Amino acid sequence: MPEPRKTDASVVGVLAAEGVSVRLSGRQILDEVSFEIAPGEFTGLIGSNGAGKTTLFRVILGLQQPTAGRVLIGGRPRSRSSQSIGYVPQKFQLDPDAPLRARDLVALGLDGQRLGFAMPSRARTQRVGEMLKAVDAARFADSRVGTLSGGEQQRVLIAHALVSRPSLLLLDEPLANLDLAAGQEIVALLARIAREQQIAVLISAHEMNPLLPVMDRIVYLAHGRAASGPADEVVRTEVLSELYGHHVDVLHVHGRVLVVAGSSPEGALIDGDQPHVEVVA
Amino acid sequence: MIPGDSAVFAPGFFSSSTVHTALVVGAIVSVVSGVVGVFTVLRGQSFAGHAFSDLGTTGGSGGFLVGIGPLWGFVIAGVACAGALELIGVQRARGRDLATGVVLGAALGLGALFIYLDTTAASTTGVTQTVLFGSIFAVSSSALPLAIGLGAVATVAVLVTYRPLLLSSASPELAAARGIPVRLVGALFLVVLSIAAALAAITIGSILATALLIGPAATALRLTRSPGRAMVAATLLGLVITWLSIVLAYDSYDWSASGAGWPVSFFVVALVLIVYVLSDVLRPRRFARRGRGTVHV
Repeated sequence: MPEPRKTDASVVGVLAAEGVSVRLSGRQILDEVSFEIAPGEFTGLIGSNGAGKTTLFRVILGLQQPTAGRVLIGGRPRSRSSQSIGYVPQKFQLDPDAPLRARDLVALGLDGQRLGFAMPSRARTQRVGEMLKAVDAARFADSRVGTLSGGEQQRVLIAHALVSRPSLLLLDEPLANLDLAAGQEIVALLARIAREQQIAVLISAHEMNPLLPVMDRIVYLAHGRAASGPADEVVRTEVLSELYGHHVDVLHVHGRVLVVAGSSPEGALIDGDQPHVEVVA
Repeated sequence: MIPGDSAVFAPGFFSSSTVHTALVVGAIVSVVSGVVGVFTVLRGQSFAGHAFSDLGTTGGSGGFLVGIGPLWGFVIAGVACAGALELIGVQRARGRDLATGVVLGAALGLGALFIYLDTTAASTTGVTQTVLFGSIFAVSSSALPLAIGLGAVATVAVLVTYRPLLLSSASPELAAARGIPVRLVGALFLVVLSIAAALAAITIGSILATALLIGPAATALRLTRSPGRAMVAATLLGLVITWLSIVLAYDSYDWSASGAGWPVSFFVVALVLIVYVLSDVLRPRRFARRGRGTVHV
C-alpha cells in the first residue's frame, strides 16, 4: 500500500479511489473500484440505475464507510471537516413559498455547517455575487429557490457547491430532470468551470452521450465494478463485455454511442436510450 | 393623555396584573412562534405542529388533573410527542395517515377522559374551555418564569443552530455532505417546536395553537423572501396580533350589558385570518411568482 504523500493536490490527483468495496446487507454494491482524477479533469461516472453510482458518491463524501479500500482526497484520507468537495445532490425539492433566495442558498455554501448567524460582510456578499454571476444565475439571485425552474435550480446548487472553492465538484445525475437544451447548457457550464478554475468535475449519469464531447475521462460502472480511462479506450466492446461479464456491443450511430447487450434476442439497450434509433443486436 | 381615559384602552387596562401577565406571555409566544414558525413552514412540518396540538389537549388536561398546571402538561406531552415522532420519522408519520390518525385519535380520547375527570372529580371549572380554547388571561403570574425560561431556550436553540438548521431544512442531502448531523438537528428542532406549541397552547388553547404557530409565519413568508427577515416579520405580526387581541378582549367586557367579555382566543384567530388574507390581497407585485419560474422542467 502506498504511503499517503503530503504533496500538492495538483501532483497526486484530486480524488483517488483505491480498491473501494461496499457490501450492504449481503449484496456487493461496489467491487474493488479504483480510479484517479486529476485537477481540472471532467469525468463522467456512467452506469445504469443500481450500478452503484450513488453509493460511490456516498463513499467519496464520507457518508458511507467502505467495506474495503479507501478514498483519498488530494492525497489524504477525507476528514469530516474537509471542505474540498462541492456536492450537488440529485434530489432537491423546495416549496415555492419557502423563504430562501438563491443568494441565501449560495451563502450557505460558504459556511452552512457553522453555528449561529453569519456576520454580514462586503467580502461575503461580493463572493456570493461573483459565484452567482459565474453560473449565469445573477438575474434570479433574489428569487426564491423553490420558484426556479430545474435548470435554474441546478445553477444555484452548482454555485452553492463551488462558492467555498473546492478542488472537486460532485454532481449526482444533474441531467436526470432537465430537458435536452437545459442539460446541454449545464454541461457546457460545468466544462467551462472545470477548465477555467481547474476544478475536477465528477458527474454521474446513466446516459453518456450528452457528456461525450466534454469528458476527459470516463468511469464506467456495471454490477459494482468499474473501468476507468479516456472514453475511447473504455467504451469499447471488449472492455465493457469484460466489465458486464457477458458480451455487449458498442455501436457508433450518427455520432452517438450505444451499448447493446448482444446476447439477448431483443437487443436490450443498456446505454443510450434514444427512442429514434433502432437497435439490431 | 391618561391611557385609562382613552376610548381604546378600557379603564383599568394598564393597572391590571392579569393584563400585564397576558402582555408578557403574548410577547414570548410571538417571538417563539415567529422564529420557530418560519422553520416549521420551511421544513414542511406544519403537520407535526398539529400533532403537538392534539397531544397538548391530553397533556394540558392531564396537567390540571395531577395539579402541575397546564403549561407543564403541554410541555411534557409535547416533548413525549417529539420523541415519538423522531422514533417513527416525521416524514414517515406524515405519510402514514392511518397509523398516525389512530394514535392521535387515541391520545385525544385520553384527553377527553382527563377533561371529564377534571370537571367532575376535581371540580375544576372552566378546564375544558382553558385547555381546548385557552385564555391568555387565565395564565397565572406564577407560570411566567417557566414561560419565559421555555421561550428563551427555544429561541436561543434556533438562533444558535441557525445555519445548520437552515441548510438541513432546505436540503438534508446538502447538509449531510457538509458533515452536519442532520438527524440530531431535526430531533432538536422537534423539541423546540413542541415547546413553541406548548406556549401557543396556553395562549389560545391546544385546538387553536397551530393558528398562532403557523399563521404569522405563513403571512410573513408572503411578504418577504429571506429567512432572517421572515422571522422578524413573523415576530412583529404575532406581537401586533396578540397584543391587539388582549386590548380588544379587555374592551369587550363593556360591549354588552351583561358584562361578559369575549374570549381572547377568538380575537387572535380572527386577526390571524384577517392579516393572512390581507397579505395576499396587498402582496406587492414584485413578490408575485415569476410566471416563467413556476414552470419546472
